[in-house]
This record gives sequence, structure tokens and C-alpha cells, in this order.
Amino acid sequence: MMTALRRFYFLVIGLFLALPLIVVAGVSVNAKQTLAFPPQGFSLAWYGEIFLNPEWRSALVASVILATTSAALAVLIALPLAWFLWRRIAPWANIFQVLGIAPFTLPPVITALGLLTFWATTGFYGQPWTAVIGHAIFFVTLPLVTLSLGFSSIDRSFVEAAATMGASDRTIFRTVILPLILPYLVSGYAFAFVLSLNEYIVAYMTVGFTLETLPIKIFNALRYGYTPTMASVTILFVATAAVIFSLVAKFGDLPKLLGAMATDDK
Amino acid sequence: MKREAPQSIADYGPLFFPAGMLLVFFVVPFGTMIVVSFFQRQQGGFYTPAFVFSNYERFLSVFFGGVLGFSLMLAVTVAICCVVLALPFTYLLSKLPRRLQVIWLVALLSVLSLSEVIIGFAWSTLFSRTAGITNILVQLGLMKQAVALSPSFGAVLTGMVYQALPYTVLVLYPALVRLDPTLMEAARTLGSSPVRAFFNVLVPALRNTIMATLIMVFIFALGSYLLPQILGRPQHWTLSVLITDQAIYQSNMPFAAAMAVFLVLVTLGLVALTLLIGRKGEKA
Repeated sequence: MMTALRRFYFLVIGLFLALPLIVVAGVSVNAKQTLAFPPQGFSLAWYGEIFLNPEWRSALVASVILATTSAALAVLIALPLAWFLWRRIAPWANIFQVLGIAPFTLPPVITALGLLTFWATTGFYGQPWTAVIGHAIFFVTLPLVTLSLGFSSIDRSFVEAAATMGASDRTIFRTVILPLILPYLVSGYAFAFVLSLNEYIVAYMTVGFTLETLPIKIFNALRYGYTPTMASVTILFVATAAVIFSLVAKFGDLPKLLGAMATDDK
Repeated sequence: MKREAPQSIADYGPLFFPAGMLLVFFVVPFGTMIVVSFFQRQQGGFYTPAFVFSNYERFLSVFFGGVLGFSLMLAVTVAICCVVLALPFTYLLSKLPRRLQVIWLVALLSVLSLSEVIIGFAWSTLFSRTAGITNILVQLGLMKQAVALSPSFGAVLTGMVYQALPYTVLVLYPALVRLDPTLMEAARTLGSSPVRAFFNVLVPALRNTIMATLIMVFIFALGSYLLPQILGRPQHWTLSVLITDQAIYQSNMPFAAAMAVFLVLVTLGLVALTLLIGRKGEKA
């Protein structure tokens, strides 16, 4: 009886999470340009449209470039900071940890508006590269948290052994520390990448009128009516996220990563 | 290698780039926003340096009070719905075999990372007349004809619960994984039913976690910006929507900035409260 109840509850939550995606998947294979479910006919043309239609393709390219570069920049900011905090005793430097976590904790509209006023004041408003910096700052929390966790799990005696044998700080970093934290670095990058791909408001408020990322493109398309390409893009996004997180889970320790994330989030 | 205090300037080297980036691109923009919130707005979308409180005085209007009240009410409702749904779910999840847990976690992360645009689009499809759930009800003979369920308050609420539920589960997850299993075992040995043990033992033991989660989900829901626009009517617009509307469409940056500063203060107050609860929890 309890097992049945438990299964039922899992089913209800699973269905709630999956239902909108099932309907969108159905809509995305409609043969004609109609919003209908169950789908009428079957066609994968709307998936081809993402890559063949120049507007959707350029939005896809913009989003992928933005996500790739901004996640890399986020890791570049997070790695030395996390390393410094682990290596040195400098309590005041913890302020930068707080600053790294703040943009992600506050409502996103605040980071977005802050960057908008900043770029407008400095005269760079609308430059595509400002979005890279914006996303890197907005998502730096993720690699920062995973890397801090990675560093805290390193056994300091390894490092001490290397130092005793005469290795310099730089050599130790390259040969001992980097291999040990690589999984955390990759998962931090992956989290930032996926979230940047899906981010709307920071991109919209900083470069919304000059650069069309996929989420911005979907929202603009949504305002002017309906096209099944939105549905196929949605499914593409869900699939991408699921594949990336599955890889993180395969090569890393997902429960551990998430266990730390929530405690550090506070 | 022991942790040691930095000896020379060179030891601070690694800190320069991250600190510089965070200061220039987070602290300075934040400061700019605060400064702009005191500026005087000019007709035509410009603003001039000044030190006026008129942008803050506008908060006192009935309209603004209505939007603020609605935003807070909506975020509270979302937070309560999410915690009520997520607490039993996360508890059951933490008892699953590890492999199944990982599958659920991947699914939750995938939904959590979805853009608000996509969630809004998916639910508006589900709530539409032509492709929505009402069609299924019609086919089952439960309804005469399909109807559109959005825009409506229910649609906004459903969309936001959908968006925040994976977040809630992931916030609760570590606390529930680390929960001492003997607590429930003791309750069961003493003859309590699983459901009673859940409410009489588990929920009180997690009181602080639940409060902290409620606040975190509340802040998360306050940030929701597109769902009220896609799934709701203008009267369902939240403070986040209003800020963007003022900044982009009304070109009233000072007023938008003032509202954002206000939103920060509300959020920071709540974060402080969370930390306070957390500290109390540690003592207990």
C-alpha cells in the first residue's frame, strides 16, 4: 500500500514535469504550421528549420558562441579565486566569494538592470561582447561553487608531498591540483554553459536590440504569433541539457555536487 | 602545503583578475544603478544627475502598492505550493537507490535550466484551446468543448510552480540526504505509521530547513519575469516585469533603478533572515 502510494507520487510529479514537454514534442512534429495536439501528420521539417532558416540559425550560432565564451570566462574568474581562497589564509578575501555568489542569488532583473545602466553610462550599450561579460558575471557562481567544493576535497598531504620533493607552486598546480579538480572545473563549465544558453533577461536588457539569442528569438516569435520551430527549439534545448547533465553525472559525482551546491548557496 | 597568509604582493597575484572582474562588472554596475535611482528623469528617455527622492516617492502610489502586493502574494503562494509538493517528494527521492536518484537529478536539472521563455511557451501550448489539455478531457468525454486556460492567474501560478519546483527539490535534497535515518526508524519501531512519522517527526526536525527553503524559493519566484507576461494578463504583472517595462519601454531608468534597489533591499532582508534561521538551527 505504501509502495503503491510512493509510486503514485513519483508518477504525479514526473508527469507534471514531463507533460508540457510531451505536448511541445508532439506539436513540434506537426506536418503543417498549426498548433495542434495530438499532432496532425508527422514531419521533422521544423527541426531542420532551426539549421536551415537563416534567422533561427543565426540565433542558434549567437547563443552557442555566447554560452561557450561566457562559461569559459566564468571559469577563468572562478578558478584563481577558488584556488586563492583554498591556498591562503586571508579572511577579508571571502568578500569576493560573497560577490561571486550574489548575482545568482538576487533576482536576475537586478543584475540585468545594473549592467544596463553601467553599459549605457560607459557608452558600450548594445555591443555583443558586453553580453559575454554579463553572463560570465551572472553565472560565475556555478563554477565558483563547484571549484570550491573540488578544492576542499583535495587531500593537502598530496600537495605537501610534492612541495617537499621540491616542486614549485606552479608545478604543483599543473601536475597535482589541476588533475584533481578537473571534474569540478568541467561540471562548473557545463552548468554555466547550459544556463547561459537558456538565459533571457540579462541578454535581453544588455544586447536585446543588437544580438538575437535563441531565447530572445523565441520570445519575439511568440509575440508575433506561433511557429512550430519554437517547439522544435524547445525540444532541442531540453535534449541538450539532459545530455550535458547526464555526462556530468557519468563522469562526476552528481549527488555530491548538488549536496554542496545548496549548502553554499545560502 | 599548509594554508598560509600571503607573504608578498605576488602571493595576491591570483586574486587580481577575479577581484577586478567582480568589482568592475558587478559592484560598479550595482553602484551605478543606485546612483541613477536618485537621478532626475528628462522627457525623451534621458536623465540628468541630481539627488531627488521623487523616484522613490512614486512607490507610495496605489498602483505601485498593488503591483508590489501582488508580487509578494504570488511569490509566497509559489513558495508554499513548491515546498508542500517537494518535501515528500525529496524525502522519497533520498530513499531511492543511487542510480535512480541520479536519473531524477538529471531530469530535475534539465527542467531547472530551461529558459523562462521555453517554460512559458510550453505551458501556454498546454493551456491553449487547440493543443491543450482540455482536448484530452474532451476526448475522454469529461468536457463538451476545448477551452483556453490561459491567460489567467492559475496559469501564471502553474508555470511558476513548474519553474521553481526543481529548484525547491535541489535545495531540500542535501538536508534530506544527510538526515539521520534512525529518526524515522525509531518512530516506526514505536508503532507510528509512515505518514504520521513524516508529519510528527520529520517535519518538526526539519523546521529550520523548511523555513530557509521557503524564503529561498520566495526570492527565486520574485525574480520570475517572463511567465507573468506570457501566461497572465497585465494585472498579473510582477515587480520584475514592471522594472523591465520602465527601463526598456518607458525609458524611465531612474524609476526602474529605484524599484530595483527596493527589490534588492527586500531580498537582502530575507537572505539575512535565512542566515539567522540557519544559525539558530546550528545552535539547536
